[in-house]
Amino acid sequence: MIEVENVTKRFGTVVAVDNVSFTVKKGEILGFLGPNGAGKTTTMRMITGYIFPDSGTVRVAGYDIFENPIEIRKHIGYLPEDNPLYTDISVMDYLEFLAQVRDIPKEKRRARIDEVVDICGLGDVLYRDIGELSRGYRQRVGLAGCMIHDPEILILDEPTSGLDPNQVVGIRELIKELGREKTVIISTHILPEVSATCNRVIIINKGKLVADGSPEELSNMMSGRASVVIGVRAPKEEVENRLREAPFVESFAETPSGEEGVLRYRITPSDGAKATEELFKLAVQNGWVLTELYRERVSLEEVFRQLTTSEEG
Amino acid sequence: MRNVLAIVRKELKTYFNSPIAYIFMIVFLTLSSWLFFRGFFLIGQAEMRPFFSLMPWLFLFFIPALTMRLWAEERKLGTVEILMTLPVKDWELVMGKFLAGFILLCITLLLTFPLPVAVAALGDPDPGPLIGGYLGTVLMGAAYMAIGLFASTITENQIIAFIVGVVFCFAMLIVGEEIVLFSVPDFLAPLFRYLGLGVHFSSIGRGVLDSRDIVYYLSVIGFFLYMCVHTIEGRRWR
Repeated sequence: MIEVENVTKRFGTVVAVDNVSFTVKKGEILGFLGPNGAGKTTTMRMITGYIFPDSGTVRVAGYDIFENPIEIRKHIGYLPEDNPLYTDISVMDYLEFLAQVRDIPKEKRRARIDEVVDICGLGDVLYRDIGELSRGYRQRVGLAGCMIHDPEILILDEPTSGLDPNQVVGIRELIKELGREKTVIISTHILPEVSATCNRVIIINKGKLVADGSPEELSNMMSGRASVVIGVRAPKEEVENRLREAPFVESFAETPSGEEGVLRYRITPSDGAKATEELFKLAVQNGWVLTELYRERVSLEEVFRQLTTSEEG
Repeated sequence: MRNVLAIVRKELKTYFNSPIAYIFMIVFLTLSSWLFFRGFFLIGQAEMRPFFSLMPWLFLFFIPALTMRLWAEERKLGTVEILMTLPVKDWELVMGKFLAGFILLCITLLLTFPLPVAVAALGDPDPGPLIGGYLGTVLMGAAYMAIGLFASTITENQIIAFIVGVVFCFAMLIVGEEIVLFSVPDFLAPLFRYLGLGVHFSSIGRGVLDSRDIVYYLSVIGFFLYMCVHTIEGRRWR
């Protein structure tokens, strides 16, 4: 559905997007992650044709961005960053304008407007000027605007920024709902949002693509670094000495076990070590009573932090 | 064409939904009538020419005030990103915005009808200069409109758009004036005279319809609208 091919974009001397390639299949909900300034917005702007790449190309629904930008824009509903809106016209006028430009036949316009107004819950403010509306309503006006022509592809740049938790849940539900039949790309730096809504994640950092996969795949990819928790009934001094000597332990920290006589540690294994197995052997060798032993799941937060903060090399 | 009309409608709604359009019309009509009648009874001639000769100077400030928001505001609000990702060609956007301003200008000029009615009631004015005067005014207003729209595409600050618009319009107005012609080399003088907005205005205003004057205005409008499209398109490559 969307093919981004070796796309590079420079602003002056800054390389905002550096040779990025990925494809999005029909029906995918793609979460586009990255720290601020990583190039998320620039990439989205290139897919929508707001700006052109310096090199490489984008194809959407079989059309090339350079040859057929208008055709591409017909397939896309786009909610830009910060949800810009006209302030001096009413919600109704705005939706009517979009319906006109989006070539919705005159006799169907009113019905389609009613439909999106209903989906987005705008019935109460339909004839108010957009400038008078609260932030939550404005966000919904933005969403209503980008789906008025029932596009196959929705590109939403931080759709939940500035909303209260209830509104966030509402918008997520809506995105999930839409994702059943549409291709959706959402950019965000709120990670639970991605786990909650997306079936695929792309992480970009400093203009480069650093990870691409399902949220589970990304977690597994990093699981060599996952912390291991061990609980034992044994003398404290002995346990700590053994852990300090063990080659597979990079560091460890005591955590409360909540049980008399039981010690509990969270262990960061050294790279590539099979820490769970090694810990089991260690306990058996020393005759410790094992009360628990498990590998913690790596959260998407962890993956994100690892990939976007580590220095090169 | 459908796209152009949709944009015209949206812009007109914005003008009339906010006080801009009403303030523009009321102030323009009050000021132009007052300036006209102040001299009218002193001279005692039943003609509209003094009214039309005010127009280049009133438009100098009124038209950039109307056009300054057309692009600068879109950029400031960020809505330009919505506009430029709609399935609309760049020239359709420019044309839509230009026509919206032009229609507002024409409505305002239609509302000056009490003036010729009053003049006709008091005397017997010659219809030639009257029709020519209005035609020249419309053409010159449209030329200013294109220049102002261009000024609005180059900045996101409305005040800058206004001032640049006034300066460009002023420059186009005075290049053909005698005072400028004296100070340029002789071989350039005919070119400068031809480029001046004012010269063509006064020749149409006499009631002489010369196709060269009309071609001149259409070229100025076309040139500046082309520059608008060019600037907007260029932004996609930045």
